[in-house]
Amino acid sequence: MPVTTSESAITGVEGYVAEFERFQQTLNEPAGLTALRRRAIARFAELGFPTLRQEEWRLTNVAPVAQGAFHWPENDPDAVAPGLLAPHTFDAAARLVFVDGRFSPRHSFVGELPPGTVVASLAEVLAREPERLEPWLARFAKFDRHPFVALNTAFLRDGAFVHVPRGAVTGPIHLLFLSSGEEGRPTLSFPRNLFVAGEGSQTAIVETYAGEGAYFTAPVTELVAGPSAVIDHYKVQRESLGAFHLATFQVQGERAAVPSSHSISIGGALVRNDVNAVLDGEGIDCILNGLYFGDGRQVVDNHMRVEHAKPHCASHELYKGVLDGKSRAVFNGLIHVHKGAQKTDAKQSNRNLLLSRDAIANSNPQLEIFADDVKCTHGSTVGQLDEDAVFYLRSRGIGAEAARSLLTYAFASDIVERIKIEPVRRDLEEFLFTRLPMGEVVRQAV
Amino acid sequence: MTGMLEIKNLHASVDGNEILKGIDLTIQPGEVHAIMGPNGSGKSTLARVLAGQEAYEVTAGQVTFEGKDLLEMDPEDRAREGVFMAFQYPVEIPGVGNTYFLKAALNAVRKHRGLQEMDAIEFLKMVRGKMKLVQMDEGLLNRPVNEGFSGGEKKRNEIFHMAVLEPRLCILDETDSGLDIDALRIVADGVNALRAKDRSFLVITHYQRLLNYIVPDYVHVLVDGRFVRSGGKELALELEEKGYSWLEGMAPEHPAAQPVGA
Ligand SMILES: Nc1ncnc2c1ncn2[C@@H]1O[C@H](COP(=O)(O)OP(=O)(O)OP(=O)(O)O)[C@@H](O)[C@H]1O
Ligand SMILES: [Mg+2]
Repeated sequence: MPVTTSESAITGVEGYVAEFERFQQTLNEPAGLTALRRRAIARFAELGFPTLRQEEWRLTNVAPVAQGAFHWPENDPDAVAPGLLAPHTFDAAARLVFVDGRFSPRHSFVGELPPGTVVASLAEVLAREPERLEPWLARFAKFDRHPFVALNTAFLRDGAFVHVPRGAVTGPIHLLFLSSGEEGRPTLSFPRNLFVAGEGSQTAIVETYAGEGAYFTAPVTELVAGPSAVIDHYKVQRESLGAFHLATFQVQGERAAVPSSHSISIGGALVRNDVNAVLDGEGIDCILNGLYFGDGRQVVDNHMRVEHAKPHCASHELYKGVLDGKSRAVFNGLIHVHKGAQKTDAKQSNRNLLLSRDAIANSNPQLEIFADDVKCTHGSTVGQLDEDAVFYLRSRGIGAEAARSLLTYAFASDIVERIKIEPVRRDLEEFLFTRLPMGEVVRQAV
Repeated sequence: MTGMLEIKNLHASVDGNEILKGIDLTIQPGEVHAIMGPNGSGKSTLARVLAGQEAYEVTAGQVTFEGKDLLEMDPEDRAREGVFMAFQYPVEIPGVGNTYFLKAALNAVRKHRGLQEMDAIEFLKMVRGKMKLVQMDEGLLNRPVNEGFSGGEKKRNEIFHMAVLEPRLCILDETDSGLDIDALRIVADGVNALRAKDRSFLVITHYQRLLNYIVPDYVHVLVDGRFVRSGGKELALELEEKGYSWLEGMAPEHPAAQPVGA
């Protein structure tokens, strides 16, 4: 049957496998990397797209991605309209902009950074000095069980490489990923990021995802937090409401590192965040916070996996969701404590606020504990606004809508307040004031 | 002459159980009315129905406030019109700061009354004054509304809110319970300072002691959803002495129309 719509549309497992054959001929890279890609695409061919029959995907239907037909972007990344960028930028020490997964030098800058610090396009580093990436790239985010990590690994091309050397302290580094899918021609991208924080370094990295139209993006970020490194990671996901965003964030912690992650999920039609933290040294203190919003028919799935591999580590997870309309949220929180990881202190909490009758939240904590001297707690709640609190506020003269919005804001506020980068925090507050009915009253009352 | 608050034959139920079984009450501007009565007799229900809590269904009767149909109004509109209820059990609201919340509430009330919104400086100055009135600890201002407040601090905070919002009808539901002896006096002094010709009080209490400080013009005894006795402040003393048992099972004195306090 002749393909009439678009010759370059990629669809279905075979489509991706066939596309890989074409794609790999265009590569000029170390043989090791090509071999890795081959293993990844082979694994993807075996796994296929996830189905509801698979435990890890039983509540999140990725059929729109599996059945969708997507195109590589053809536009010039530098030609992106500045108006698309402006709402997401802030005063940062460096900013790299990627459009549909490709680096835009024109919209990027790297300010003054401590000597030895690298903030660069991964594609450029791959082309010039791939050996720099060799010790880390694709060593942590495993693709054997995750088809989207497999796809990303097979097709990885560009993204950000950040290396903060030993002892260096940097200001916030901003990575902005913009996508633009045209009507009838949804695009495809596989951003790949690698962040390496050297011993005792301190840095903050903000990943922002935003876009217009319909597209499929499957980013993978690997973060290596070296010994005693303090690294704050923020991910602000504000994709278009036509976007499929299936991301993996992989944290590798070394001795006494203090990695923290704050994941804000606002946009997207179908969003899945796999957050995996491996605490592979003693004395790590890992914080994983998240805040997600759903409305309309949005689906947002946060899959957390925290692995305590060594003794004396702490992990604290707090994820909160606000769900309206017919939106649906999944939270799956696995804490795995290895044998010998004594004195583990693992805390996990997931709280969901349903603003409508039709919104659904599923929360599923999972503990796998193979050490005997540990402290692991988890709690999850799915609830509505406290009507007594609504009445209390109304009885003081606050309108019904404003009272509900105020309580919704209050619910989210403890995550908002943990965002240490002021412009990022303010943007989120602004989003809430705009999104919540009678947000002006809320603005005044908080 | 019509009262500031006129309640006529008010019946209310919750979840199908009738709690208020025909309440009549008229309160004139400047008056203080006390309601006493055994646990579960419906005192808080009356207060909540007046404040507009939606869980209660009014099955019969009318209530007017300054000539307007109170039962038609949403809770926030009642508050803006000048009805205030100090809760028997104030609600904790994590994440909402006491001061900011109060500023939003005050501005909502002022807007409704056609007054300009208060700016931050003006507001803080005013708030400081009101805090003195109930000797409230400044620390409580910056905390989330009632969160982790002691029982007494919550009650004090209610009167503080009242002082800021300057309502015309103040309903105090057991504001005295949970207050220590000194705090009781302070809060009572605060309430007395708010007494005015055009401001009325409906004070629900179990204890005569409060009424030594806030001296009522009338005392009503509520038993099983009906007023069974009304009188002057001496009635409170009599109740203190004899308890409620001598009144229970007693038919309302003048069942149909009982223009108390007229
Ligand atoms: N949702 C409900 N369903 C059934 N009965 C209810 C409900 N809410 C309240 N009641 C009942 O209504 C009655 C009156 O309660 P209310 O709180 O008004 O009493 P009260 O006079 O204020 O008592 P107290 O002195 O103990 O504060 C009680 O018997 C109470 O159990
Ligand atoms: Mg009561």
